[in-house]
Order: sequence, then C-alpha cells, then structure tokens
Amino acid sequence: MKYIDEFQDPALARRLLDEIHATVTRPWALMEVCGGQTHSIIRHGIDQLLPEQVELIHGPGCPVCVTPLEVIDKALEIASRPEVIFCSFGDMLRVPGTGRDLFQVRGEGGDVRVVYSPLDALRIAQQNPDRQVVFFGIGFETTAPPNAMTVHQARKLGIRNFSLLVSHVRVPPAIEAIMRSPSCRVQGFLAAGHVCTVMGMDEYPELAERHRVPIVVTGFEPLDILEGVRRTVAQLERGEHTVDNAYPRAVRAEGNPAARAMLEDVFEVTDRAWRGIGVIPDSGWRLSAKYREYDAESRFAVDGIRTCEPAECRSGEVLQGLLKPHECEVFGTRCTPRTPLGATMVSSEGACAAYYLYRRLDITPAAREASPVA
Amino acid sequence: MCLAVPGKVLDIEERDGTRLATVDFGGVVKEVCLEYLPDLRVGEYAIVHVGFALQRLDEESARQTLELFTELGMLQEEFGDPWEAAAGTGATHVAEEARK
Repeated sequence: MKYIDEFQDPALARRLLDEIHATVTRPWALMEVCGGQTHSIIRHGIDQLLPEQVELIHGPGCPVCVTPLEVIDKALEIASRPEVIFCSFGDMLRVPGTGRDLFQVRGEGGDVRVVYSPLDALRIAQQNPDRQVVFFGIGFETTAPPNAMTVHQARKLGIRNFSLLVSHVRVPPAIEAIMRSPSCRVQGFLAAGHVCTVMGMDEYPELAERHRVPIVVTGFEPLDILEGVRRTVAQLERGEHTVDNAYPRAVRAEGNPAARAMLEDVFEVTDRAWRGIGVIPDSGWRLSAKYREYDAESRFAVDGIRTCEPAECRSGEVLQGLLKPHECEVFGTRCTPRTPLGATMVSSEGACAAYYLYRRLDITPAAREASPVA
Repeated sequence: MCLAVPGKVLDIEERDGTRLATVDFGGVVKEVCLEYLPDLRVGEYAIVHVGFALQRLDEESARQTLELFTELGMLQEEFGDPWEAAAGTGATHVAEEARK
C-alpha cells in the first residue's frame, strides 16, 4: 500500500479499504463514469489498493474525449473564417480533427480565443459587434447549464452576433448503451458526482432497476472513490441494486432545480454521436426551437460536414470499458499526448492520458521506453 | 474543464440583470455567475464550474478539496495559461510529474 500515505486522511482510507477487503467474496467489475475519477484512481493507485476481485473499468466520462471528430472538424471550419472569433475552453485546443486542431488554426491566422466561462464569449460578442462570435459548447450535464444560460442571456440582451456550436451529451443514455452492449461486463456504476450536482438522481432508479445494477453517486477525491466502491461492493455482495448517494456534500436528490429548468428551456433531447462509440439515442441536447437561431452549425452551414475517425485509434473501446489503454497497439508509441490519435490521449481527463502520465506498472515495455517520465 | 472547483464568495453585484460574484479559488480570483444559486451569500463556499456556481459547499470540504487540487497541480491546469499548455501538450504535465 505504498500510495496510501498520500491520501488526505490515510487512517480513514485504510479503514475503508479494510472494509472493502473484508466484504468482497467474489469478482466484481465496477465502472467509474467520470474522467476526473479515472485520473484520481490512476494517480493514487486506488485500483491497485483494492482487492484483486474488484476491477475498475473506465467509462466514457471525459467531455473532451467523447466529442465526435465530425464536430471538431465543424469547429475548425468555422474557426478558420475571417469574420469569426472562435471561443473555446482551453482543453479543446489540441483535440485532433481531420489533419489539424484549433491550435494550428490559430497559427494559420484564425482568431481562436480561450475563455474561462461561456459568459466571457458573450462579452467578446458585445465588444465586437462587427464580428461573429462562436462558442464551442461541449460537455455533460455539468457544463450544459452554463452554456444554456449564455444563450438565454444573448437572447435577452438582443445580442445577434453570438452563436453556439452545440455538442452536449447526457450520461444516463450512455449508461443504458453500455449495459445493452453484448460484451458488457459492468456490474455496478460509480456515477459522476458533478453531473448529479446539477441533475440530481431521479434519472437513475429506473436504470438501476431495469439492469439490476447498483448506481452509487461518487465524488472524485480519493476518499470519495473508496467510499463509492465500498458502497457499491456492499450492495453487490448483498444482491441489491439501488441508487445511493456517496457524495451528499455536493449532491442533493433534486440536483439544481434552476439549472435543470434552464436546460429544459434552452435545449431539447436529441440523438448524439459519441467519439469512437457512435450514435446513442437521446444521448444529447440541441438548441430548442425558441433558441435555434443561435445554432452555429446552421448559421455557418457546416451541418453537412461528415468525417471518419482514424481506424487505428481504439478510443471507442477504451471509452466503453472494453479495452484498457495500454492494451492498444499504438499506445505510447505512435499515440502519445504530443502526437495523439484520439481524444482519450489528448485530453487531460482521458483514460489513455492518465495511463501515460502516471506510467502504470502494467504498460507495455515499448510505451515505458517512449514515456518521458521513464 | 470537467473540473468543478470550490471557491469562496468575496463580493456580489448585479450587472445587466444578472447576479455575479467575485470568487476566490485558493488565491485565483474570478467572476462567477450566481443565477443558478441566487441565495448564495458573501463568505459562503460553492462548487463552481466554468464560471457558474452550481451548489453550496461547507467550508471544511471546500478547503480540503482546494488543498488537494493545489497539491495535484489541478488548479494550475484549470486557471493556468491554456496556450502554453497546448503548445507543450503532454510535455507540460509530464515534466511536472517528473519533477515530483
């Protein structure tokens, strides 16, 4: 247990671990849905502290990773236009589209700007009335409400030179798709804490019941994750499958009602493609009819762009928990954070980047040699 | 970006009909929209994501999380220079790790 001293409360961590070790009697496969949780698990070696019978599978919980190549290509096309100021969160800059990324578009003269909040993009639109300002609206239920509020404000303030390139995705349909896959091994879910901070927990009981799978809302600090694992394993050992909240300091059953109301007003549910996975029914949002005029895809006529992902990138399998990053043939060799083939390697929250960064003991010899921390 | 960071409300004002706060994230100060948590008060802590307060948090939890994020270099990732990070993708945090 060489990492345990790094925990904020090593004594509590040890107690939780002891309890998990004492409870488990047979193999269980749990999926953590949030990319932040994946990083915390790998960084602190949590998976190696757990009993061998408890396997953690990394889920599709990194918003940057699951944004489809097609949407990245649309962003690159829009960002290249001279009349456009393209605003994005910083972690989208290096996500590879077909042949290039936003960082390169800026190098070629595109006006690409990084903002901390979508409201910053709206302010840029106010300050530049003769330009078109486009905000790259990606992310899960945690990020969608800020973007929804920004479009709402644009409409309220009569700002017409602002639009949103929307690629928002929803977690529950992804869980449904994972459970329906014939190769699914997942027996319990650590649900993403901050998604539930917004959405609450009422989307989960039906999922838990239908698939007879425990769903435990979990934070992403090391102790939160151990507590989530402890509660999930306890349910599995008892043959239960309920929804439980192991992150009550940040998650209330009803979530954030104001944010949920805004989501319902600004967006409507639609089918969405997930990078590497494909289309999942009802798994995303698009602007509702009332706000459709703020849709960048139609404003810049890029809705026809169709692209294919590189065949050798297996991030789709990684995102579905079917493949561990280091089991990919090009991991750490042709695919590194400097030369990523797919978003799971470029995003700081991606599972491949986590494995590469923290140089897991079980990675391939070739990858270990290629890693600069070796 | 996925990260939601706890911060302390220093000041609240209304602009263009929108409730905004100045929030301190362990030394980094940012403007935060309070429309989703309108009853948040000066001195209280909240979980903030991309400039929006999403849920109240008790002070002790907020402090612990901020300490952890600072220790892991995650605040730097959230609030540091994104162009610099993108220019040295991989190299930046790999180098940081190597120094540990």
